[in-house]
Amino acid sequence: MPDIFKDSRLILGTGGAESLAALEAAIVASGTDMVTVALRRIDAAGPGLLPLLDRLGVRVLPNTAGCYTASDAVKAARLARDAFETDLIKLEVIGDERTLLPDGVELLRAAEILVADGFGVLAYTSDDPILARRLADAGCAAVMPAGAPIGSGLGISNPHHIRLIRDSVTAPVILDAGIGTASDAALAMELGCDGVLIASAVTRAEDPARMAAAMRHAVEAGRLAFGAGRIPRRYHALASTSDAGMPQW
Amino acid sequence: MNVILNGSATTVSVHTVEGLVAGVTEARRGVAVAVNGEVVPRSAWPGAQLREGDKVEILTAAQGG
Repeated sequence: MPDIFKDSRLILGTGGAESLAALEAAIVASGTDMVTVALRRIDAAGPGLLPLLDRLGVRVLPNTAGCYTASDAVKAARLARDAFETDLIKLEVIGDERTLLPDGVELLRAAEILVADGFGVLAYTSDDPILARRLADAGCAAVMPAGAPIGSGLGISNPHHIRLIRDSVTAPVILDAGIGTASDAALAMELGCDGVLIASAVTRAEDPARMAAAMRHAVEAGRLAFGAGRIPRRYHALASTSDAGMPQW
Repeated sequence: MNVILNGSATTVSVHTVEGLVAGVTEARRGVAVAVNGEVVPRSAWPGAQLREGDKVEILTAAQGG
């Protein structure tokens, strides 16, 4: 199975970009080496996306966006594998249009089928630690909990659950969905996530390329902070300046 | 022969999936085909015969998160 991360721990979603030129600028500024794509009818999709991604040298992570059942998602994954010649798939099985949150039952069923079929399944899931563990136990290559609903920009609603997921699986954890700005991405990394997947927060920002650069730095900063080991939270102050040598007036 | 190509009734003069794809795009990588809901792998396109009324989906990469 190919490595998910190479140089960058930021996966960029391509959905929502106003133009291919804006998308290109965002991809370059983000420093990412993997971006998501959807599979759609060729007359609606238009040309140019895949040649652009090839030219930029970024890897393609196809998704199963828009699928509501395990059988539809499995079919979409198999088509994507044939089209893009990759075993990696971002598995999305959506439960309803209003929240775009995953249907856990269908998701797990699809994950089991695709893992048995040799896919590297990156499962878009809710922030439920038990479901995340079940997906990891089923052999998913990564679990991708939502911080908040797709496109909401609400950040990470339940950081405690993200940490519980981090602690309960050995598979990579990638915070997917909900990120609104750079501090959300940094928090995800500080919580111990191995990476983040960001689409709308970049592509729908007023200046996508500038936000992409912000996300790049946020992911790097959050990862460094996680590895550095933060100080414990205290109720009272702890002076950083020693009293030793304090003059007496 | 009449097929349903990406949701539209279409009259075609070709008889294989390969021929149908060639009429739509020069690209091969990044293109996937399903006929009547079943994936037709790229390697099977030349030999995959179309039949009257087949529902053919020709898909490619689109922007998506």
